[in-house]
Amino acid sequence: MNNPIEHLNKIFDSRIRLGIMSALLVNEDVNFNDLKELIQVTDGNLASHLKTLEDNQYIKVKKGFVGRKTNTTYSVTKAGEKAFKAHLEALEQMIKKLQ
Amino acid sequence: MDEKNVHLDTLQDIKQMMEKSSRFISLSGLSGIGAGICALGGAFFIFRMMVSERARGADYRQLAFETGSEVQQSLLLIGGLTFIAALLVAFVFTYLRSNNTGTTIWSKSARRLLWNTMIPLLVGGIVSIRFIQWGYGGLVAPTCLLFYGLALINGSKYTLSEIRWLGFSELLLGIANLWLIGYGLMFWAFGFGVLHIIYGAMMWWKYEKQ
Repeated sequence: MNNPIEHLNKIFDSRIRLGIMSALLVNEDVNFNDLKELIQVTDGNLASHLKTLEDNQYIKVKKGFVGRKTNTTYSVTKAGEKAFKAHLEALEQMIKKLQ
Repeated sequence: MDEKNVHLDTLQDIKQMMEKSSRFISLSGLSGIGAGICALGGAFFIFRMMVSERARGADYRQLAFETGSEVQQSLLLIGGLTFIAALLVAFVFTYLRSNNTGTTIWSKSARRLLWNTMIPLLVGGIVSIRFIQWGYGGLVAPTCLLFYGLALINGSKYTLSEIRWLGFSELLLGIANLWLIGYGLMFWAFGFGVLHIIYGAMMWWKYEKQ
């Protein structure tokens, strides 16, 4: 790692996307409403960030029902986990470099 | 230097989100205090019964341990009611807190916490019932403390981690009680009453005081 900044993942620049990934990494799956509460964002905002992560295949979406209400749950993919860990490592490297 | 702080902040954010999403953090300190007061209330009723039994010359301890005796049945009734009251009070304060902080009380983390504390508690309950049926009433008090301690330690992974220390304290009391059979009421009052109040007050001071 010569230049750790290259390893920082642009997709994780957003605090919201970072929040989503953090929550998904320590839970098997999290539904939309729980995510909304955890991160404290509006529906539209959260949905668009989830879409970005989904498009990058970092998260998986599962649509289901609880009674008659839709219940959409999200979980992290192998690729997402790998990318997130690489991002954390890059952050660590950056901090070490700056010391 | 500034850049470094940004990265450190980011890491802090990640850590916080991981904690917040995997633990039930609405558990209120007031729940602990309320449950503790219920336990002391229950202990007071039992104490009064003990005094009146002794006043009429009965061997209270023997009656308390005797399976099927009236004294023991009253003990079980008071114990059961105390447990239900404590649970209700604890629920109310935690419900109020989760309303204040805008989190749902029936979240996944809450279910996980409940499930993981219920397992040791249920097993402890079954063991206690069998002890009573076999005439080992004296072992019920330490058994309750021990299994409750284990339940808290098991649950501490899913809520405020400080609850672990409450769990260890209950375990110590339960073990001590195993060698001091017959002083269950004192151990109960201390373990379920005093310790809950101390723990609840500490948690309230740390997380909820405004």
